Amino acid sequence: MLERSVIVLASFSYLGVLFAIARYGDKRAEAGRSIIANPYIYALSLAVYCSTWTFYGSVGRAASSGIGFLPVYLGPTLMVALWWYVWRKVIRISKTYRITSIADFVASRYGKSQALGGLVTVIAVLGIIPYISLQLKAISQSFTILLHHPALVMPAQAAERPFFQDSALYIAMMLAAFTILFGTRHLDATERHEGLVAAIAFESVVKLLAFLAVGAFVTYVVYDGVGDIFARAQHDPRLRGLLTVPPSPASYGTWAFVTVLSMLSIMFLPRQFQISVVENVDEGHLGKAIWLFPLYLLLINLFVLPLALGGLMLFAGRGVDADTFVLTLPMSLNRDGLALFAFLGGLSAGTGMVIVETIALSTMVCNDLVMPVLLRQRWLRLNERRDLSGLLIAIRRLAIAAILILGYIYFRAAGEAYALVAIGLISFAAVAQFAPAILGGIYWKGGTRAGAMSGLVAGFAVWAYTLALPSFAKSGWLPRAFLTDGLFGIALLRPLELFGLTGLDEISHALFWSLLANVALYVGVSLAGRPAVAERNQAALFVDVFLHTHGVDRSRTWRGSASVQELLALTGRFLGPERAHEGFLAYARRRGLPDPRALVADADLVHFAETLLAGAIGSASARVMVASTVQEEPPTLDEVMDILDEASQVRAYSHQLELKSRELLEATAELRAANLRLQELDRMKDDFMSTVTHELRTPLTSIRSFSEILLDNPGIDAAERGRFLAIIVKETQRLSRLINQVLDLSKIEAGSAEWHAAEVDVEDVVREAVDSTSQLFREQGVAVAVSATAGVPAVRADRDRLMQVMINLLSNAVKYCPRGEGYVEVRVAAVADGVRVDVRDNGPGIAREDQETIFEKFRRVGDTVGPRPPGSGLGLPISRRIVEHFGGRLWVDSEPGRGAIFSFVLPLDRGAEPGREEAQAAG
Amino acid sequence: MERPGRTGQRLVAVFTAGVILLNYPILFLFARPVSAAGVPILYLYVFGAWTALIAALAYVIERSRE
Repeated sequence: MLERSVIVLASFSYLGVLFAIARYGDKRAEAGRSIIANPYIYALSLAVYCSTWTFYGSVGRAASSGIGFLPVYLGPTLMVALWWYVWRKVIRISKTYRITSIADFVASRYGKSQALGGLVTVIAVLGIIPYISLQLKAISQSFTILLHHPALVMPAQAAERPFFQDSALYIAMMLAAFTILFGTRHLDATERHEGLVAAIAFESVVKLLAFLAVGAFVTYVVYDGVGDIFARAQHDPRLRGLLTVPPSPASYGTWAFVTVLSMLSIMFLPRQFQISVVENVDEGHLGKAIWLFPLYLLLINLFVLPLALGGLMLFAGRGVDADTFVLTLPMSLNRDGLALFAFLGGLSAGTGMVIVETIALSTMVCNDLVMPVLLRQRWLRLNERRDLSGLLIAIRRLAIAAILILGYIYFRAAGEAYALVAIGLISFAAVAQFAPAILGGIYWKGGTRAGAMSGLVAGFAVWAYTLALPSFAKSGWLPRAFLTDGLFGIALLRPLELFGLTGLDEISHALFWSLLANVALYVGVSLAGRPAVAERNQAALFVDVFLHTHGVDRSRTWRGSASVQELLALTGRFLGPERAHEGFLAYARRRGLPDPRALVADADLVHFAETLLAGAIGSASARVMVASTVQEEPPTLDEVMDILDEASQVRAYSHQLELKSRELLEATAELRAANLRLQELDRMKDDFMSTVTHELRTPLTSIRSFSEILLDNPGIDAAERGRFLAIIVKETQRLSRLINQVLDLSKIEAGSAEWHAAEVDVEDVVREAVDSTSQLFREQGVAVAVSATAGVPAVRADRDRLMQVMINLLSNAVKYCPRGEGYVEVRVAAVADGVRVDVRDNGPGIAREDQETIFEKFRRVGDTVGPRPPGSGLGLPISRRIVEHFGGRLWVDSEPGRGAIFSFVLPLDRGAEPGREEAQAAG
Repeated sequence: MERPGRTGQRLVAVFTAGVILLNYPILFLFARPVSAAGVPILYLYVFGAWTALIAALAYVIERSRE
């Protein structure tokens, strides 16, 4: 049944289905109805972690080390619990600054350094190549085995065949073509591939189902359940050792080291970074993935041990490689359909890993390695090309092909010397080198570019020396003496026992030394040197990403000039003019502008263009390109320090604190003053009340006593009665006048009095007031005269109130004038600042010390001695308040014995100037 | 939704528990030739602890979403 044509047809149909899913996913994404925007797809796509290593290799590992295959999955289970903090932050940083790969992340964190981006890319590519060769090896193995069906032939001779007969080569080529079709159909500023993610999630389902199917078949059909397999294995002396962890310290050491290694790999493998960060649709999906992804890992590992033990027992002595059990078990039991399903499961595990990994790597190679170099080659004149997006895609396609070819070469060179898992662990150890630079970079502002650079170089060098080179040596590509005697025959430099360290396995040994060198140099060099301004800037943006996400004030760190057209043209060259225009249009719309041309080329727009570009060519290159277009002045150290440095923030806080406490002091002083004023007012109110009651009591008392006399003496004669009643009426009038005035005054003071401001001719008012008081003057025998200079301007005031003031002043003057020879003179004159009115009498005058008190309520001169003059004592205070209300002032000028002059000045209202008035009327 | 700070702390607690449960010396306690229902207790323990960890993670996460 399993003809070659059936296998090839099934493989290609499977890839066709994948492609269809990807197309569908892309279409839905374009239509805005994403099929991957839920946590389940996200968690499934994370399972790209389970490559053929898991699918075939776990069983192989379990067959040789029992439970030792598990730490690779326990590590991620533990790590994702911490993702709530760690990865959320990385995702936020990457989304905010449009970071599209690990290289981009590291480069961006350490001052957008092209050199660092390039270094990370080189490490990632060289480190991942063994891993890709692992996939090629596994797929080609499974293909070869299936081709020889029904015989069980191990493909160990594959490497001896000429390469053109080697199925691995064709598989590599096919995968390259498929990846190119998948991942680089067009250029996207965010480097997101929705369709791809959908296909990867589908692959995760397929490989899980295939593995579970084979596992369940072997466990429950061939054997009688898990307990049966273990029970039989107990009786096999060769298998008994697998059933416990050998109680040596080294095995626990390996367990712990591999756990740590896989904890780092789940984050820093380029494909994991691509899927979990770059392709992440929503930060919130992280939550459910924290338990769904470990659940997936648990499920796919359930049957590993039963399969390993079952295979070992079934194939005892037949030389079947345990790495192939998943496929060979169904084959040997003549389950062709299941075998084909297992093959497809392995294919999905392998293709998923290769596709995502090479896409991630090709993005890095293009953005952080090739483009920075190309853009520097002036003779290429790339700066003058209008549209570079075609070039970018071409570079990525070449990079994909090149990476797969390198994987194939490694497979030919070293692949056969190692089991699947061992090859994979070499790659894990390589990407673990990113941990100090990235984890340090997001939590420690002090990490510098030089520190990251030296840490990475040292860690990678140690990795190469202790893991990569030995793998070549074991395959015979390097002299074996290198392993046994060390470099130049120095025993201390033996790559697998560096400095004489024995007792650790290869991976733990390499991981220990490389991470030690890496962390030591990263921290040491960072602390020894000083970060540049750009590094400080980026460090703060990364470490405080949750603070900065809500509006960074870029204008403070950026000074420069740019033009919208230039930025649009620059972006267009890398993204293609249409995409660039779309991006700018969307940006303009967000700002409420109809057209990108209406945009202002400010710091925000430059930043927007840079992040847009960063998506296509990496942040370091984007920085260089934007800097070439925009005339920028770099922010000075002081400026950056001011804004971003912790110290300056603290300083700013303490400054604010000082300001606040000063304000507090001022407020306290104001409060104290207000309190004093309140107390004063309270006292004045009490005084006022007692005075008012006193003033009211006097007329009341006389009214009452005269009324009582009238009541008690009915026989009083008519003339007497008339006199008493006249007194009562007069006192009543006085009383009501007093009450009116008190009310009036309180109204004025409370600001609730009604004012009817109008044009008032002061002379007119004065004459009218004199007329209305003429009766009083006649009664008292006081002469009155009014004089006015010509051309007294009108003022803006309330005519009735002004009249009240004049009558008060006039009656006041009459009161104090000597009877018969009294003389009151009223003068109206225009002065510089308004109209002045003087009321002069020839009374006794007012002593200097009394001249202010008379304006207080109920105060009269001579209060204490002599008869009380008539009047309420409220006239002058009321008059003064009225004049002050119109912006004028009222005062007295007097010397005892020489009469008194009460004067007031009313200011000229600007609106009252004739010209202005007319102008307003005309307007 | 509950304050995310609480959820994060609970997850860290689960992480810590996992690190302790799935490493030497706790692991050593189960590395002995004793079987339950035919399966060595080491395997039962590791898979059991793993399942418990996942259940704890699920509980913490789903509780925070209510």
